[in-house]
Amino acid sequence: MITATPRNDLLLMVFFAIAILTMPIWLSPIGAAYPDLLQRFAIYGIFAIGFNLLFGLTGYLSFGHAAFLGVGSYTAVWSFKLLSMSVIPAVLFGVITSGLFAIVIGYISLRRSGIYFSILTLAFAQMSYNLAYSVLTPITNGETGLQLAQEDPRVFDNLFGGAMESGTGIPPTNLFGMEMSGYPGFYFCAVLMIIGFYISMRITRSPFGMMLKAVKSNQNRMSYTGLNTRPYTLAAFVISGMYAGLAGSLLAVTDPLAGAERMQWTASGEVVLMTILGGVGTLMGPVIGAGVIKYFENIFSAFNDDALHEIFSFLPDVLQDGVVAVVGLFVGEGWHLTLGALFVIVVVFLPGGIMEGISRLSRIFSQKKAEEPTVKTRTQPGE
Amino acid sequence: MTDNSNKKFHLSRRRLLTGAAAVSAGAAMFGGSPMGFVKGAWAKNFRNDPGNNSFVKFGFNVPQTGAYADEGADELRAYYLAVKHLNGEGDGGMLTTMQPSSLKGNGVLGKKVEYVTGDTQTKSDAARASAKRMIEKEGVTMFSGGSSSGVAVATQSLAQEMGVIFMCGLTHSNDTTGKDKRRYGFRHFFNAYMSGAALGPVLKDEMGTDRRAYHLTADYTWGWTQEESIKNTTEALGWETVNAVRTPVGAGDFSQYITPVLNSGADVLILNHYGKDMINSLTQAIQFGLKDKQVNGKNFEIVVPLFSRLMAQGAGENIKGILGTTNWNWSLQDAGSQAFVKSFGQEYGFPPSQAAHTCYVQTLLYANACEMAGTFYPPEVIKALEGFKFDGMGNGPTEYRAADHQCFKDVLVVRGNENPTTQFDLLNVVQQVPRAQVEYDPAIFGGELGPYEV
Repeated sequence: MITATPRNDLLLMVFFAIAILTMPIWLSPIGAAYPDLLQRFAIYGIFAIGFNLLFGLTGYLSFGHAAFLGVGSYTAVWSFKLLSMSVIPAVLFGVITSGLFAIVIGYISLRRSGIYFSILTLAFAQMSYNLAYSVLTPITNGETGLQLAQEDPRVFDNLFGGAMESGTGIPPTNLFGMEMSGYPGFYFCAVLMIIGFYISMRITRSPFGMMLKAVKSNQNRMSYTGLNTRPYTLAAFVISGMYAGLAGSLLAVTDPLAGAERMQWTASGEVVLMTILGGVGTLMGPVIGAGVIKYFENIFSAFNDDALHEIFSFLPDVLQDGVVAVVGLFVGEGWHLTLGALFVIVVVFLPGGIMEGISRLSRIFSQKKAEEPTVKTRTQPGE
Repeated sequence: MTDNSNKKFHLSRRRLLTGAAAVSAGAAMFGGSPMGFVKGAWAKNFRNDPGNNSFVKFGFNVPQTGAYADEGADELRAYYLAVKHLNGEGDGGMLTTMQPSSLKGNGVLGKKVEYVTGDTQTKSDAARASAKRMIEKEGVTMFSGGSSSGVAVATQSLAQEMGVIFMCGLTHSNDTTGKDKRRYGFRHFFNAYMSGAALGPVLKDEMGTDRRAYHLTADYTWGWTQEESIKNTTEALGWETVNAVRTPVGAGDFSQYITPVLNSGADVLILNHYGKDMINSLTQAIQFGLKDKQVNGKNFEIVVPLFSRLMAQGAGENIKGILGTTNWNWSLQDAGSQAFVKSFGQEYGFPPSQAAHTCYVQTLLYANACEMAGTFYPPEVIKALEGFKFDGMGNGPTEYRAADHQCFKDVLVVRGNENPTTQFDLLNVVQQVPRAQVEYDPAIFGGELGPYEV
């Protein structure tokens, strides 16, 4: 595998940035190159990168990360409603508020580790969900979801832009006047994701990151050496929560609406799946996992029987009906089934996630190229 | 010298050409996308213009999972049928009864209708993601669907942002064409206010003016507005509202909400629930023996303000004698309803639900408006739909009110059939409440439609 040298990190960074920014090109053959899905890839990529900072480095499995996603979204939408349609305050406030939430939840939950920690975070997330769903409806608008309205104050916009003439509709979210829907929205999210990826890489490589990995490998031993691990884990938790808040506010930036279902436990579970599917503790893994899951959710769920009949039209009619009937179970409303099967396969055969698969493949290829048995103990040179 | 400079010139021109080619290739690769903005800059160029294509695409975005999945499945059936009829296949259904109609049975404006489908999961987020896929990737000129008002309101505002018309499917909240109405959203279905106005007199006749009502309400926009509308109606009759409890959507188990009803002193239970929620809450209310109880010297009654045959089917025996309202029922005898029931029955072997009916009608109305406008350009289509008066679609004379994009037509008050003759003969029409009785001033709900051009 590639060793972590500054040069390799730089290469990885450049490769990652190029890969992300050119997604609209190389994803088009599989039908995923439309702005909304690309935005989701980037946003959930950020979410998963942040989650991996906690789970991948410290081993603390948070089952309530969607709470921060929701908090970020609600904050961003309120920022649009009250302050300005500019995305900068929305993102800033989204990150800050979810960071504050993370401090409170983390401070309490991190008193326990292992399964108890997971349950505590799950409980907090479920509480947040219920608060958003039915208790705090004046703030969150419950099931219906928080939306922008024509008569929102938008203090700054009205201060500087003058009064809006009536009949123009709700202004779009913008970055210095650039509309944040469609492709500009994607590039905005993508740039933030690349920055987020860079920060996560720096954290992983830093002494702080080393400390977190030490927590994962043996927290007791660290305590016995007289080191208080709590500040480290709390810091990791808060950073991770802020990533989730960033993702949440970006969801609102690209689509100014916040619903309580973003905080539901299924959403928390989803990010765990993304990380595990991609590869826990790897830098790229969570991003890949997020992409795969979002792709399944958006593309596989859209196949209907007619579309299947078209795909399998080369088969004779009798066979075609049978094939469509079977395949139909796994697409459309059955996309969860496909995802489940994929997840099982990955966890059983590739415990390290998709990243492990990639590294295995690359090992096979590099062996073929070298045509000499690699000695396991020898460190391999980076490409 | 000359040679040299000539050579240089050659070289640079060659470079220039290759450079230009590379740049344009790059631009083309990035292409697909930025074109999207450029489009908006042209006056009559609009998003997802079918242009010279031989087809036009519609998007059908319905709940395929969750509490409203039954309705969603039936809506999809209706959409398939509508597309078939628009393309001139099958027996034509309501195309033959619609008055006035510009539809020719050769697609829309000569273009064959194609469709894409999506799952809203009864969640605003998922519904918008699915709708965006339809608009951005599949290039639909209209999308339709929904079985939840929360979703309808969310997708309707998306429609306005994107400039693609949304024809609401089943959505009953006052907000859809009230405070959250949008220029690009249209609703054929009736609303909670109309349910209340239609139910009022019947409730008075059946249950008198001295009643104590207890509400169980689905906790989102539809539940809220229905609770409000029914409350206003019943309180105007002289009823007292004992309590109104909000329940989460998709709760599954309602026993914790029903037990308190027993000791509340209420003698009417009003279930502001829909879909599987209503099936569950009604079934549990019956199991708890509410219907056989005597409170305040009167028989305990249950009212389900928004009723549908699909729910009646799910609730089975429990539905007998329960009062409610519905937008349409397959047992109606007018030509439009009969034509629709006939072709739906031939296709699927059972009669359509009210959700199917409204979705079918909405698709035809959009197609007809395009024919009337002679273009798919949304502002013109919207203008054709606004104030459009039609008949022969199953509800008698109907009007799309321009002020709030709400259809006005007769409302049916129904009762669960005590002696059903078939498994579909579940609702008896008690009264066909005329349109005049359920009409209201659009100003009472506020809201603003927004601009034609986006």
